[in-house]
Amino acid sequence: MTVRVHLASALRGFSSGEADVELDPGDGATVQRLIRMLDERFPGIGEPLRQASSVAIDGEIIADAQYESVPDGAEVHFLDMHQGG
Amino acid sequence: MTVTEDNPNTGYKWVGTHQIRPDGLDKVTGKARFGADLVLPGMLHGRVLRSPHAHARIVSIDTSDAEAMEGVRAVITGADFPDLVEAGRSTADIAVAANAMARDKVLYEGHPVAAVAATTRELAAAAVKAIKVTYEVLGHVLTVDEAMADGAPLLHDGMITNGVDPKPETPSNVAAKTTFERGDLDKGFAEADMVVEREFTTKPVHQGYIEPHAAVADCGQDGRATLWCSSQGHFAMRAYACTVLGWDTGRLKVIPAEIGGGFGGKTVIYLEPLAVRLSQKAGRPVKLVMDRDEVFRATGPTSGSRMKVKMGMTNEGRITAAQVWLAFEAGAFPGSPVGAASMCALACYDLENFLIEGYDVVVNKPRVAAYRAPGAPISAFAVESVVDELAKGIGMDPIDVRLANAAKEGTQAPYGPKMPRVGLIETLEAIKNHPNYQAELGPNQGRGVACGFWFNAGMNSSATVHVNEDGTVTVVTGSPDIGGSRQSMALMAAETLGIAYDRIRPVVADTETVGFNDVTGGSRVTLATGAAVVESCEKVIESLRERAAKTWDCEVDEVEWVDGQAQRSDGSQPPLSLGDLASKAGRTGGPISANASLNARGVGAGYSTQMADIEVDPETGVSRIVRYTTAQDAGRAISPQYVEGQFQGGVAQGIGWALNEEYVHGTDGRMQNQSFLDYRIPVASDLPMIDTVIVEVPNPAHPYGVRGVGEVGIVPPMAAVANAINGAIGVRMEALPMSPPSILAAVNDQS
Repeated sequence: MTVRVHLASALRGFSSGEADVELDPGDGATVQRLIRMLDERFPGIGEPLRQASSVAIDGEIIADAQYESVPDGAEVHFLDMHQGG
Repeated sequence: MTVTEDNPNTGYKWVGTHQIRPDGLDKVTGKARFGADLVLPGMLHGRVLRSPHAHARIVSIDTSDAEAMEGVRAVITGADFPDLVEAGRSTADIAVAANAMARDKVLYEGHPVAAVAATTRELAAAAVKAIKVTYEVLGHVLTVDEAMADGAPLLHDGMITNGVDPKPETPSNVAAKTTFERGDLDKGFAEADMVVEREFTTKPVHQGYIEPHAAVADCGQDGRATLWCSSQGHFAMRAYACTVLGWDTGRLKVIPAEIGGGFGGKTVIYLEPLAVRLSQKAGRPVKLVMDRDEVFRATGPTSGSRMKVKMGMTNEGRITAAQVWLAFEAGAFPGSPVGAASMCALACYDLENFLIEGYDVVVNKPRVAAYRAPGAPISAFAVESVVDELAKGIGMDPIDVRLANAAKEGTQAPYGPKMPRVGLIETLEAIKNHPNYQAELGPNQGRGVACGFWFNAGMNSSATVHVNEDGTVTVVTGSPDIGGSRQSMALMAAETLGIAYDRIRPVVADTETVGFNDVTGGSRVTLATGAAVVESCEKVIESLRERAAKTWDCEVDEVEWVDGQAQRSDGSQPPLSLGDLASKAGRTGGPISANASLNARGVGAGYSTQMADIEVDPETGVSRIVRYTTAQDAGRAISPQYVEGQFQGGVAQGIGWALNEEYVHGTDGRMQNQSFLDYRIPVASDLPMIDTVIVEVPNPAHPYGVRGVGEVGIVPPMAAVANAINGAIGVRMEALPMSPPSILAAVNDQS
């Protein structure tokens, strides 16, 4: 199983400039598992990822998405979405 | 006018129809109760003492004279609230509390310092004047330029900029930097046949809701309180107020009043915790109502800004590179909408090479609050002005240029993910095909086009649907109705249940009567709360089918729900209507009711394209809107009247922002135009009929295709107006507002 995670510019300090990261989170993957794997690979990145208010999975933006499942082949973006008016 | 994708005949009976507004009669007869209308027995009246200084340290507060006045029942200061810094609360919570009532420092003129409850409003005002505050006045900063300058006075001593690598070692007024980038900027600019680079500024503008903030609190001897207030989210008011008070959420019940406009500015608290604490201290109900000058000095507005935009284009109209630099005023606490502005700035386009940098900068002005598509209109003013200049420079139609670069399904958005199905192209084509686009222009008239993007939102919503004994239905939600949501809820419930719209009563309930709802904001209610209503109705239908099966002694799958009645699939029984089943509900399992709570999915982004025809008098600089046309993708217009109203309202506010509105501050840091006489919002005579085109590219993820319509309509107007002014008299306006003196100055500079 492969998932592609895109890291925003502000997070690339943790990843030595790497913008796109491929992970193999295994079956039943959730956003939480991706964060844990990323934190193991890039220590310290977990906290800002957990603080990201939303996550886009294959283009769908989801708030409070820690336990959201991530399908095989998904493209994942962590976003700091702002409240509307 | 409505343009619908593929199938203009939706097959819906109620969705998309024009109906009488559920709240209409109460509002036109004066019966509707707004925030300030509530009167309780024994109620006291409160007033707030506000800082006269833009930046000062509070040395001492002496309330003894005020407390000694006859009729004064309570006086409060920052010391009457818990210290959230000591309590180790989050930066966001600390800012909410410090903005509601200053503790050690005042950070803007109008910052609350103390509050009084007395038997009359006049007495409360006199008592406020009797409070003696000693200030140590500090230097202030009013603009991003002043705040970012070396050696600028600091609002928050320890604030280190987030989002910068390596992390700065010294504090500054820059709270955060956001960056979005892709591709190779140098390569992109090298491929361009034309490059335009400009700098823009905008001033803070207020949401301009007609109803000032108001709150009534009644604290009981059991330590619990009830709060009535006009807001965009009474659950959020409860949470914020309890944070400031140091209370558990369950101690406070919030009852929503009708709301006289919010536009984002009523998603935050100001008076609410003060009213509760005053009531608690006085042992009587307390009402606090702001005057208009307080609304201007201490609530809202949205950010002022400085922006730099550089874009390159080929002679064929392809944008090859874009560089956007944004610095937004956050007001007294971090949290400007520069992040959203950065994400939206280039979201109309499919770009390979770009760099967007945004800076969140604190200044000594009121803390900014959300305002319709927060941040997006500001960056759109700059970006869409440059796109217009490029289009004119290469001699290409401004809509064709935008079509050549338009974001569509599959486009990698500048903020990251791929776009789902979106309707920008359809809005561009709707304007291009509109008769107004071919209308002849007169002398000194120009035509301007601009487009805009807003995410829209989902978030948390709850709804309960009750079937009454006679088959009428009550739809209960907790989303304050600021844009017609009660009608939208009723229409979707009617469509789902298959009963008449007028058999449904939509209600907005208090925090103890319905499940949690996030604020009415982000254009989210029709989508998210609507989804909860539809899900509740579907559960009701399941229950009705089961009850019909019991009645007929058959299996549930032999019962269908069609046109508001249960039908036996084989036609062997006469149908059972909702009324039939409701009247005998006790025999089939008890009252019929269902609820749904959800974190909404399937948010569909919104796009708008707008066209302004403007006439400018080159002698005076006065501009007149000749024609205005807006096309916006609604996904599906559940209530077309309200949808048109939202389109027109966004444009009207945008025209005010474009031409007249601005906060004017003196060098002393005090706002100089604190009334609607001096802060000029558009009135009916300023505007022509705003022509609307409802484009419907249904959101595939919503049961009725809803996207949300409340915000994106305010994104394009400033750029559309600026581009029209450029067409009329040839000057490129780089600063908002484009008021007569500034247009005249630009004309004189040009000549």
